[in-house]
Amino acid sequence: MTTLAHPGETLSADGLLPSAAPLALIDADGRLTPEAAGELTLPAPGVLRELHRRMVLGRRFDTQATALTRQGRLAVYPSSRGQDACQVGAVLPLRDSDWLFPTYRDSVAVVTRGVPAEDVLALLRGDWHCGYDPYRYRVAPQCTPLATNTLHAVGLAHAARLQAKDQVALVMLGDGATSEGDTHEALNFAGVWKAPVVFLVQNNGYAISVPLAKQTAAPTLAAKGIGYGIPSLLIDGNDAAAVYSAVRVAVDRASAGGGPTLIEAVTYRIEAHTNADDATRYRSSDEVSTWLERDPIARLTAYLSARGLLDDAAAGRLAAEAERLADGVRERMNAESTVDPAELFEHVYAHPTAALERQRAALLAELQEQEPAS
Amino acid sequence: MTTVMSASASAEETAAAVPAPVTMAAALNAALADSLAADDRVVVFGEDVGTLGGVFRITDGLASRFGERRVFDTPLAEAGIVGTAIGMAMNGLVPVVEMQFDAFAYPAFEQVTSHLAKLRNRTRGRLALPVVIRVPFGGGIGGVEHHSDSSEAYYTHTPGLRVVTPGTPADAYRLLRQAVACPDPVLFFEPKRRYWSRETAVLSVDGPPVDRAVVRRPGKDVTLIAYGGMVATALEAAAAALEEGWDVEVIDLRSLSPFDDQTLTASVRRTGRAVVVHEAAGFAGYGAEVAARLTEQCFHYLEAPILRVTGFDIPYPPPHLEKFHLPSTDRILDAIARLQWEGDNA
Ligand SMILES: Cc1ncc(C[n+]2csc(CCOP(=O)(O)OP(=O)(O)O)c2C)c(N)n1
Ligand SMILES: [Mg+2]
Repeated sequence: MTTLAHPGETLSADGLLPSAAPLALIDADGRLTPEAAGELTLPAPGVLRELHRRMVLGRRFDTQATALTRQGRLAVYPSSRGQDACQVGAVLPLRDSDWLFPTYRDSVAVVTRGVPAEDVLALLRGDWHCGYDPYRYRVAPQCTPLATNTLHAVGLAHAARLQAKDQVALVMLGDGATSEGDTHEALNFAGVWKAPVVFLVQNNGYAISVPLAKQTAAPTLAAKGIGYGIPSLLIDGNDAAAVYSAVRVAVDRASAGGGPTLIEAVTYRIEAHTNADDATRYRSSDEVSTWLERDPIARLTAYLSARGLLDDAAAGRLAAEAERLADGVRERMNAESTVDPAELFEHVYAHPTAALERQRAALLAELQEQEPAS
Repeated sequence: MTTVMSASASAEETAAAVPAPVTMAAALNAALADSLAADDRVVVFGEDVGTLGGVFRITDGLASRFGERRVFDTPLAEAGIVGTAIGMAMNGLVPVVEMQFDAFAYPAFEQVTSHLAKLRNRTRGRLALPVVIRVPFGGGIGGVEHHSDSSEAYYTHTPGLRVVTPGTPADAYRLLRQAVACPDPVLFFEPKRRYWSRETAVLSVDGPPVDRAVVRRPGKDVTLIAYGGMVATALEAAAAALEEGWDVEVIDLRSLSPFDDQTLTASVRRTGRAVVVHEAAGFAGYGAEVAARLTEQCFHYLEAPILRVTGFDIPYPPPHLEKFHLPSTDRILDAIARLQWEGDNA
């Protein structure tokens, strides 16, 4: 009997489906999980210590940024507290040549990539630009229109392949963003092109107020990979070791020509959507408490301490480092920022058009008139 | 592994040095071929642009000549095409993508307006996106619904984009080559009703730069402003107007954004009268901007209000009805007649 198939149809789903339950390496109590975790392997002690250190620093940055919104120093801040393992675990496996495509939620990931903390906050403070040079850090501007960055990552990754550059693009998105059309187009393009790209979905259970159940009827978000011929992983997003290992597996596969991977990391945002949101309107404090017990930092602290990889002295030094980071951020954010309205016209085009030159001159003339005579 | 770098030959101009009859479609094809040959970073992609050569055959033969690393079919998804073009441009390529038809570019609107137009600004000039989006646009070809939109004003209203449209085959070649070389993103509107119109010309990139309007026919009585598919109609109207005693100057805008105030105001100040023509609906259309700008800059030179001849404010009509909708030479002549000429006793 001949099978009915068009050219290109592989008719096999082998190896594409995620595990039934999220894979973890270190459990919520800081113990190694008893079962094997698929392709995941426990990172070396040095990597685990670095994951821990970056999470502690990232958490301090995050709480500092939230505090700055209360003082009116930041217009808005979407916290990633609770998602620390994803923020850090996504970035540390990336090589210098790789690219990160973050969202508004992923400031800690951007800081972890090496962008100075105060530059990351430039936009949220109210500046008109993203605050850093994307080429310097290989970090795209933090993306607010949901899911649109997935396509940029696929394009960049495909261009790398066309030019025989060894580069992988990792794009971060939320559970809500998986419902946007661009996510599907990106997964599809990536699958067809075998683009070296990693999709990391931080499934924190909510898109602002809307719970996952209203977002999808799929058994898991990772399960969607199969529809695009993309292997996928479902992991415990509060286990930094698991996130690191999963991203590592995906980056290695992409770099070796094996194409894209979809990772769903199950996690939770402890804070409201942003400082402007009231989360009590859509979720219970019991639910939040349950997730506080699964804190990504606490579990790695427990694991490292139990093995003598983190003693009180080291923890103390780390706490002091985190305070210095927060001090620096506060200092820079409390300084009055200098804005130059003339620059608004500068980068709309490669060279300002004649019309923009006229508008700039008009604005400057207007400002000069307003200046009190001295 | 073959790379984009090694796949390209040295610049090999398809353009003949002696004037020869050429269609706009052939001129656009030559512009793409010469752009691909001249610059290794150029890649051409979209729906059916590879093996088929595009539904209008504008990319005919390019995939076989340059290979499918440089000219390729994509899955069917317009946001995907533009979104990935953005990522490719971030990584050093110069994507030239095709939207199959005007109305089928709408799914890409968010990528165009929120990212393509803004990323240079959002990165303080660090991230340039030299992307060209080719859009076959406009009616007059007996197309069924969704195949004849004039969508240019959606894009001209978006700062950060350049919007360009050729009126003649020679200009189609020149403007497309210049658009590919341009560091800004360009929406390149191709008047599909003129794809098969011929001109005897030498295809050359030299000539007026991409952001200048040109006087297609000098005249002293009235300035008739057109672009894209309406340039030929405007020239026909100008020829007919001569019989009525009006010497009409026809300006082909070429660049809708930025707008060439200089060429336009110079003409209108000379003639004192102006009519602007386009296929798109008139309400909040491109002609409103032209009329407003010229009124602001030429008020004391004007003998009459600037008039618009446009499509009606209706969804684009079906094939048998489109002739009632499209601006015709008669409608243009009527508008010229209403420009409060001396001796009128209105
Ligand atoms: C295209 C688009 N629609 C709506 C919004 C407004 N919005 C911002 S964040 C958000 C929720 C996104 O949820 P999710 O993708 O799960 O990410 P999370 O905020 O939970 O990290 C919405 C609706 C947007 N930014 N972009
Ligand atoms: Mg969410």
